[in-house]
Amino acid sequence: MADPTPKPEQIAAVDHKPPAADWMDTKPEFKPGMYLYAVKKESLEGVGQPNPRDWAPTEDDWKLPADWKGIVREGIKERLQRFRSFKIFMDICVRCGACADKCHFFIGSGDPKNMPVLRAELLRSIYRGELKTAGKILGKLAGGRKLTEEVIKEWFYYYFQCTECRRCSVYCPYGIDTAEITIMAREILNLLGCQVDWVGTPVNNCFHTGNHLGLKPHTFKENVEYLLEDIEEYTGVKINPSFNRKGAELLFITPSGDVFADPGIFTFMGYLMLFEHIGLDYTWSTYASEGGNFGFFTSHEMMKRLNAKMYAESKRLGVKWILGGECGHMWRVVTQYMDTMNGPADHLEVPVSPITGTRFQNAASTKMVHISEFTADLIHNNKLKLDPSRNDHIRVTFHDSCNPARGMGMLEEPRYIINNVCNNFFDMPPQTIRENTFCCGGGAGLNAGENMEMRFRGGLPRMNAVQYVKDRHGVNMLACVCAIDRAVFPAHLDYWVGGVANCGVTELVANALIMDGEIPRQYNLRGEEVNDLREEVGLEPIAWPEEPEEEGGEPSEEGGE
Amino acid sequence: MHVIFSLLAVIALIAIAYAGVAGAGMTYLFGVVIPYAAVITFFLGLIIKVLDWGRSAVPFCIPTTCGQQKTLPWIKPNKLDNPTSTGAVLGRMFFEVVTMRSLFRNTKLDFRVHDGRPVIRQGSEKFLWLYAILFHYSFLVVLLWHLRFFMEPVPQLVKVIEALDGFLEFGLPQLLISGVILVAMAGALLDRRIRMPNIRYISLTSDYFPLFLIMGIGITGILMRYFLRVDVEAIKELTMSLATMKPLIPANPIDPLFYAHLFLVSVLFAYFPFSKLMHMPGVFMSPTRNLPSNSREERHINPWNYPVKTHTYDEYEEDFRDLMIEAGLPVVHNPAEEEEAAAQGGEEGAAEGAEPAEAGAPAEEPAEAPEEKKE
Repeated sequence: MADPTPKPEQIAAVDHKPPAADWMDTKPEFKPGMYLYAVKKESLEGVGQPNPRDWAPTEDDWKLPADWKGIVREGIKERLQRFRSFKIFMDICVRCGACADKCHFFIGSGDPKNMPVLRAELLRSIYRGELKTAGKILGKLAGGRKLTEEVIKEWFYYYFQCTECRRCSVYCPYGIDTAEITIMAREILNLLGCQVDWVGTPVNNCFHTGNHLGLKPHTFKENVEYLLEDIEEYTGVKINPSFNRKGAELLFITPSGDVFADPGIFTFMGYLMLFEHIGLDYTWSTYASEGGNFGFFTSHEMMKRLNAKMYAESKRLGVKWILGGECGHMWRVVTQYMDTMNGPADHLEVPVSPITGTRFQNAASTKMVHISEFTADLIHNNKLKLDPSRNDHIRVTFHDSCNPARGMGMLEEPRYIINNVCNNFFDMPPQTIRENTFCCGGGAGLNAGENMEMRFRGGLPRMNAVQYVKDRHGVNMLACVCAIDRAVFPAHLDYWVGGVANCGVTELVANALIMDGEIPRQYNLRGEEVNDLREEVGLEPIAWPEEPEEEGGEPSEEGGE
Repeated sequence: MHVIFSLLAVIALIAIAYAGVAGAGMTYLFGVVIPYAAVITFFLGLIIKVLDWGRSAVPFCIPTTCGQQKTLPWIKPNKLDNPTSTGAVLGRMFFEVVTMRSLFRNTKLDFRVHDGRPVIRQGSEKFLWLYAILFHYSFLVVLLWHLRFFMEPVPQLVKVIEALDGFLEFGLPQLLISGVILVAMAGALLDRRIRMPNIRYISLTSDYFPLFLIMGIGITGILMRYFLRVDVEAIKELTMSLATMKPLIPANPIDPLFYAHLFLVSVLFAYFPFSKLMHMPGVFMSPTRNLPSNSREERHINPWNYPVKTHTYDEYEEDFRDLMIEAGLPVVHNPAEEEEAAAQGGEEGAAEGAEPAEAGAPAEEPAEAPEEKKE
């Protein structure tokens, strides 16, 4: 990972001037750190996807299927009929350029084909050149070009350098959404077996084991048990959640990344504590153990295949409705696709909070509520015992994840929660938050290890806004409601900013929760000593009640049996 | 190349009309046949294209939400930018079309490097919006007062528009500012396209051509009205004859420049349905703007939704049953228990498989499978 990645100063010198050569005459260079590895053969085979084979983007021969041109042409035609968005977006762009400097990848790379308009033209030019009469005859004069293997390589390079974040679509006078175009292009690439491993392998895992990481049922449970031990150690509270339990009132589903990787695990611990605190009758599922949906980054069909588990499991377990954790694209799928694809969920009830009695009319049909909506309602109804001063060492800003912002509009709920569990909240500049939010740079399946330079470049605009609030307000924590963010940000923050950590909103909640039967909360959920953290920001240490038995700062080690 | 070609194409079009009328005397072709053909092409082309768009499905409810959603009653939703009702969608569309609201959001990237550290800001940038809005509205006004050539008597509204347009009360015939603004804004948009390196880079011939064409239309119009002082009576005779479907070429000759103007307009009409100018009807049909953001409350229907192969819970349990039992996870079919139930009556011998998993599996394991995923 370290070798090909340039230093921040090198990346910072971005040149936004285009080259002299016409874009139709330039080819992408598959430079280490700037592209993703090809999908493993077995991963495509595992879910019955076309053209599984061993190949690499850097090789000359991509081993495309024999009739690949026909497949692409037919693939485009079929999608033009199925998606009005695609058809209209192919026809009406005026290339005004309003979107050009809105893309985080363009800002961070200066590569002109990362301007959303040009990213779309990569496909539009083929639409014109292969399917439209004027383009077929006049060629370049009518903005058309012919389909070649080079075009497929270019698509692979640039459509896997788009995080489907929709920021461009906010600024487009016609609402042209590059995410739609990227989705179509990836579907078509998928017809040729040109998938990236970071998407294809999680998809295969998720299909068979229920989650992207491929955690088998017992492992999933053990991971949770680990986190329970940590909670007990740091808070003194023993929690005993249920798995795959029939008859629970709610099913809780969250991205699997949070059960495994730091700092997502702390958010996961937050869920466990929050639900314990309010005495929620809920269950986890090892079968529907993934909130995320990398199928969304493959094809609409694959998205539906993976998403089906949510409703199916809720039906099998006989729960009333589904509560969903912090995740970005999961909520795009849940909000804009799930009910249409896999509904109607008539086996479920319109969500009503068992604690407050609030009816979530906005989710009357999907029957799935976001944890931030749920928590905000709890706080608003004074159902949580909170001590926000426990987070006083944290100076927090909030990153609106692309999908909850632009595919849902959940902007106030997380801010309301943060303001109730923390005393020091600072928003980043308005052009970089809410509907204008900048992507983390690793969404839509780009959060791999082999493309670190691409990721750092894409994450630069977001990180720059974090730097802004760090410089002005001493911000030391970047909160978010997305598991991909939590996987992406730690590296980005170290690389670009330094001295700022990353957390989920529910982690902040849990640290402020006054739990029944808790011990003095000398440690946060990360096992960090609160007084150390307070000292770092110049706060008085808290005088903890004397513990007669034990001494020293080490949290007591759980003895064997 | 795109620029030169487009410019030459428009000059050639003017020359063709000029030569055709002045040289070859083809007034009927340029005055009647081509305008009719162009108008028919415009309407047919437009209708066919819009119907064709309409035939494509809208499988998912995919509005781009640009404001707070409607959730809890005490959180104020942004009805315009995150509309949930038809009325609110109409409001969003109204401001989109009438005020170009999304374009008004436009910003300009300000990317600097200080001491090796990038400093990125999004500055205000309203020029594109300003050019666009002036361009479109001046075009509309020009079109409206051109109605005086196709209506007798001239409607009061057209006269009012014309009077407002001539508010400068300057020149004879009175200067109508809309035409000047139209040409100036087309020029500004062109200038922007040529001078801004990234915009030039993305521009195609089909971006320059309509701008030159519209500038050509405006300039020929201005020349006729203010400089050549063409025979307006004769022109109105011709245009009224076209409008009343009794085409005739007036006895008094009209300056060939008029035919050039008319030809360019005809080309614009005929070109319209096959070009990016279709953004005009297209903006009304854009799914990211014209759908209500209510897909969680009301189910959106996909007309081609088809069943897919999923991995059912039963298949899952089949794959992992032993592991699940060992981990103490509930299973639907537990062979050991079933066996026990079948053999009920005799001994109480505990089946090994069904042993409760309280003992816990080795603790190192969880990290193993996903380890490779993490860089």
